[in-house]
Order: sequence, then structure tokens, then C-alpha cells
Amino acid sequence: MGDARKVLIDPLVDSNPVTLQVLGICSALAVTTSLLPALLMCVALTSVTALSTATISSIRNRIPNNIRIIVHMTIIASFVIVVDQVLRAYAFETSKQLSVFVGLIITNCIVLGRAEAFAMKNSPGLSFLDGLGNGLGYSAILISVATIRELFGGGTLLGYRILPLVSEGGWYEANGLMLLPPSAFFIIGLLIWAIRSWKPKQADHPDYRIHEVHRTEVV
Amino acid sequence: MSDKANTSPKRKFSRDSIGNTLFVAIGVSLVCSILVASAAIILKPRQLLNEEEYRQRIILDVAGLYEPGADIGALYASIEEHTTELASGEQAPVYLVMDGTQIEQVILPVEGAGLWATMYGFLAVENDGNTVRGLRFYAHGETPGLGDQVDKQAWRDQWPGKKLYGPDGEPQIEVVKGLAPDDSNYEIDGLAGATLTGRGVSIFVRHWIGEQGYGPYLKSLSEEGSQ
Repeated sequence: MGDARKVLIDPLVDSNPVTLQVLGICSALAVTTSLLPALLMCVALTSVTALSTATISSIRNRIPNNIRIIVHMTIIASFVIVVDQVLRAYAFETSKQLSVFVGLIITNCIVLGRAEAFAMKNSPGLSFLDGLGNGLGYSAILISVATIRELFGGGTLLGYRILPLVSEGGWYEANGLMLLPPSAFFIIGLLIWAIRSWKPKQADHPDYRIHEVHRTEVV
Repeated sequence: MSDKANTSPKRKFSRDSIGNTLFVAIGVSLVCSILVASAAIILKPRQLLNEEEYRQRIILDVAGLYEPGADIGALYASIEEHTTELASGEQAPVYLVMDGTQIEQVILPVEGAGLWATMYGFLAVENDGNTVRGLRFYAHGETPGLGDQVDKQAWRDQWPGKKLYGPDGEPQIEVVKGLAPDDSNYEIDGLAGATLTGRGVSIFVRHWIGEQGYGPYLKSLSEEGSQ
């Protein structure tokens, strides 16, 4: 049971796929201008990761080594298509905003990374929890970034007005930068900084140190 | 990864054998294709319903009749669907918003090549057959962040009030490259990074309001209006 807990909880902060491993950044930039599409993206990615790692793990002893990546991709792609179809049927408007990014979950490094690194070596149940945990870790970052961007970029959260805008007679001047992709870079960068200050173990060690040396004269 | 999955001495199972490779490849493909196909088929009716409702919403929106939260079906019932014959002899739909017995505005479906894919939208025109009420797309495949700015409110807001035809009756409306002059009756700002999308929109909007498209219909409308 301790194992299961660790596998599920660890990716939330301690080995977060976005802030520690810096994976899945592309969609974290693209779908975080407002909270609703970000939430939908989180649900989509988490379900794809959990279902595909469980499926891959359950046939891991039969998957031939030389075609294993193709088998992973086929399974992941199938789940992505299913999730995309479900979104189009039940969350049509928001899925239109997500446009290509649900399809691009196929190429999200987190999904393939967990399949290759974890699901091929562990039981289906544990792999499911690992996929779920990593999906939730990704979601935690996406939701934080989207909350900041929507709140300061448009003064709303999930479409509800929180900060009254100057243009509508309020006091808040919307920050246009927040709606542009670079702001997601800044926010993720600051998040990584904050987490690594809180948990210094996560900080990368420099590859080499510059030693102070005394200059010797060359004749 | 090099360890064998099954090391039982009796019957050696090698997952890297050609037989197993083929078995897994065919099996996975088969199961996945069934999964994908059944999801697509089961969800199709609901998706079509969503798309139809979205199309109706865009028609209402371009006509300025849409209010968030309103019942789309009920609002849409007030719009009359008619057809008109094009120069090619084809029947083409027109959507009429009536004010009593008078036509208040007409909504014309327009479609054509954008940069990547066909763009489908609606052009709302006032009953003088010349003044634009709005242009909106309900399906396109333009580049996210560049060409898909055609959906942005700020860009769409430029269309209302523009004129389709010049004084000589030729289509004049155009999406220019860069900014349009403030006092222009016919020019719309181009989209930064999406010159080809803008060019596509200019070309197919002009086509649909021209002789081969709804041109004759709009002319008859303006003659009716001036009587």
C-alpha cells in the first residue's frame, strides 16, 4: 500500500513531470490562457496517461522489444482519439478552443515517458496509479498557470468576473502579456524556482565548477 | 530489457520471436481499431447534433440575434431558410431575418480555401444588399494563434458597416495586408502572420458576392429595397 501511495503522490510535487522533468511544456503554454480549456486538457491528459499505462503494463510481457515504441504509440493514439471524440460529443465548445492540442497529447513526452519508464516494469494497478499521479502532477501546474493567466490577463476565473476591468468601469487594468504564450514561460519558470527553493534536492547540480586559479605567467 | 519474460525450461516463450511480434502487432492494431471505430460510431449522432447547434448559433450570432444562455432552437426558428439559383444552376441556401413582411437582413453561407483547409462561414448583409452586418466562421483549419485570429472579436468587429460593392457595382471588399485606412469603406485590417488566410478570405468572399455567387441575388435585393 505504501508503494501505491508513493507512486500516486510523488509526481504531484516531488517528481512533478513539468517542473522537475520539464516535460509537456508545449501544451502548458498553449492551453493555459483561460481556466476552462486548461481543466479539460488536464482531464484529457490524465485519462490518456492512466489508461494507456495500465493497458501497456497488462501486456508488457508479450510486447516484443523491437516494436515496443510502435505498440505504445498505437495504444496511446487510440486512447487520445477516443478522448477527443468524447470531448467533441460532450464538451463541444471547449474542445473547439483546444483545437489541435488534444490530438497532440499523442506526442506529449509525459505519456510516452511513463509508458516506457514505468509501465513496462510494473503491474497494471501500480502503472494506472503512476499514470494518474503524473497526469495530476501535470494538471496541478496547468491549473496554477491558467489561474494566474486568466485572473491577471482578463480579470475573470472560469468566465466569472473577479477583478472589475477599467474598460468596464472597475479599477483593474488587464495585463495583456498574460494572454500571450511567453507569460506561461515566465510563470512556469517562477514555479520551478519556487519549488526548487522549497525542495533544494530538486535543483540540478552544475556539470562543472569554475575554480579560481592563480594566473601563472607564460614566458 | 534484455531479460526473457519467461524462462520456464519446458516450453520456451520468446516475446521477440517473429511469431509473437506478428501476433502482438496484429492483435494490438485490431483491438485499437475496434476501440476507435466504435467510439466514433457511438458518439457520431451527438457530435452531429452539436455541430448543427453550433452552426445555428453562428448564424444567429452573425445576425446579431444571439444572446448567451438563450435557447438556440427557439431563436433559430425565427430565421427563414430559402434557396436561390446560382449562375451554375445550383440551388444555394440563403437565410432571411424578417421584420414583419420585409427582409431585414440576409445571411449567406460562404466557403473557400484558407491557408490549410476550407473555411466555412456566414456573411450577414443588410437589406440594401451592400452593407455588411458581420462575417463569422464556424469551421476552419487555420494556424492556431495566427490564422485563427479570424475568430477574434476585435477582427470580426471591423466587418459591420463595410460595403461589399464599389460605386461601379464590382466587389470591392478586401482584407488588406497590414492596417486598413480608418475611413475605408471596403478594407479590413490584415492579420499579422496570416497574410495568406486574409488573401483567401478576400478571394472567396468576393467570389460569393460576385456574378458566380450571390451577386445577382444581392442586386435584386437592393433593387427591391429602393422601390
